[in-house]
Amino acid sequence: MQPASETDRQHNQNTNTKDMQLLDLEGYGPLLLQGARLTVYVGVCAMLIAVFLGLIGMWCKFSRSAFVRFLADTYTTVIRGVPELVLILLVFYGVPTLIQDVSALFGRPVFVSLDPFTAGVATIGFIYGAFSTEVFRGAYLAVPKGQIEAAQACGMGRALTFRRIVLPQMMRFALPGLGNVWMVLIKATALISVIQLPELMRSADIASRNTRKPFTFFFAASLIYLAITIVSNLVQQWAEKRAAKGIRRV
Amino acid sequence: MDIIIASLPRFFSATLVTLQITAIAVFIGFCIAIPLSVIRIAGPKFLSWPVYLFTFYFRGTPLLVQIFLIYYGSGQFMEQLHAVGLWGLFQSPWFCAVLALTLNTAAYSTEIFRGGIQGVPAGEIEAARACGMSGTLLYRRIIIPRAIRIAWPSYTNEVIFLLQASSLVSIITVMDITGVAGEIATRSFAFYEVYLFAAALYILIVYGVLWVFRRIEKRINAFLHLGSA
Repeated sequence: MQPASETDRQHNQNTNTKDMQLLDLEGYGPLLLQGARLTVYVGVCAMLIAVFLGLIGMWCKFSRSAFVRFLADTYTTVIRGVPELVLILLVFYGVPTLIQDVSALFGRPVFVSLDPFTAGVATIGFIYGAFSTEVFRGAYLAVPKGQIEAAQACGMGRALTFRRIVLPQMMRFALPGLGNVWMVLIKATALISVIQLPELMRSADIASRNTRKPFTFFFAASLIYLAITIVSNLVQQWAEKRAAKGIRRV
Repeated sequence: MDIIIASLPRFFSATLVTLQITAIAVFIGFCIAIPLSVIRIAGPKFLSWPVYLFTFYFRGTPLLVQIFLIYYGSGQFMEQLHAVGLWGLFQSPWFCAVLALTLNTAAYSTEIFRGGIQGVPAGEIEAARACGMSGTLLYRRIIIPRAIRIAWPSYTNEVIFLLQASSLVSIITVMDITGVAGEIATRSFAFYEVYLFAAALYILIVYGVLWVFRRIEKRINAFLHLGSA
């Protein structure tokens, strides 16, 4: 029984190799797909951070305290003025050395290092948090004022009004902007390859060095990015349609 | 701090490299994007379809992939490039960097100007037609100048993005601000001081360029604010 199934599998593999050759990429196909999985994972994690920071940033931009508003404005202005690559390098190399220098100053030398995943996700999330802050700010302003006044007239406080009335409605206005942020963000994750995280770009780099076929592998990687973009586009269209369900079209 | 003061001259020339690469890419990209956006809207299908594919590819993939495709990927076609005498060009990181940035910004700008052309009020086009303009003259005199004015704020954003994206050329060893910062940082181990200085430099340049583009916008769109000013 055992040998028969073994030969069966062999046979199956032989017939499949011709079809698989194109996807296999000299044995590096699986590596690329693994890298793509990590890219999507990194992107989703960073996006969650970005949305979270965006909501906080928006809350701060409408704060009654001038100091908090100033902090939020500084956050968005500074982040949008610095290239992502510089920030990634600053966080990955700069933050550990800063901590080491400061602790050495207090006479307690330590060795700190960040792993590329944490540094990359945190930096990308932090950068795009600034962009989603602006998206949420615009969405908040798009919610009709009368709705908020009506909620207050019903006796709801600030927090309750936000949770029950503003947040559900502004999400609809924020969707297109958030979709754009996601599209730029997923492409920005390619930069994390610079600090050696084995995501899609890094995998393509490794494969192209080993096979000496850089064009093949970087082109394959670019097609995977393109596929991610196309799928994201479809999801975004579906989500926007769904969010607009209750809207009366005039 | 001493390290930064000592390397100020290097940062100055690096700033020039960043500005130079960005300016060349923006200028050529602009010149490519205007005709492409017209083709995308009014061209025959066999022309507008490739333009659409071009913009779709360059907007859908990371710039880093595009730079690597051109710089490292060209090595796979060494013999063919040798045969047409272009190999020397593709060996230079500077050339590959400018080429990648140019194609990238051309793709984004094409879509931006396409939006601008579609935003030109129909009445203005009708008026031009009533004056007897058509075809090239209509585009040259009425549609394109108006489309550029409409698209200018978005185009400003694109230029700022490109300026920041130009930091990626440091990965293929071009000595722009990020490249010089990386080199000084790894030699002196003053990572955060040097990168913070580089970040500050970028902020300065970005808001400087932004100011220039806002001035241009005010000028070319002055007619919109006649009543209010």
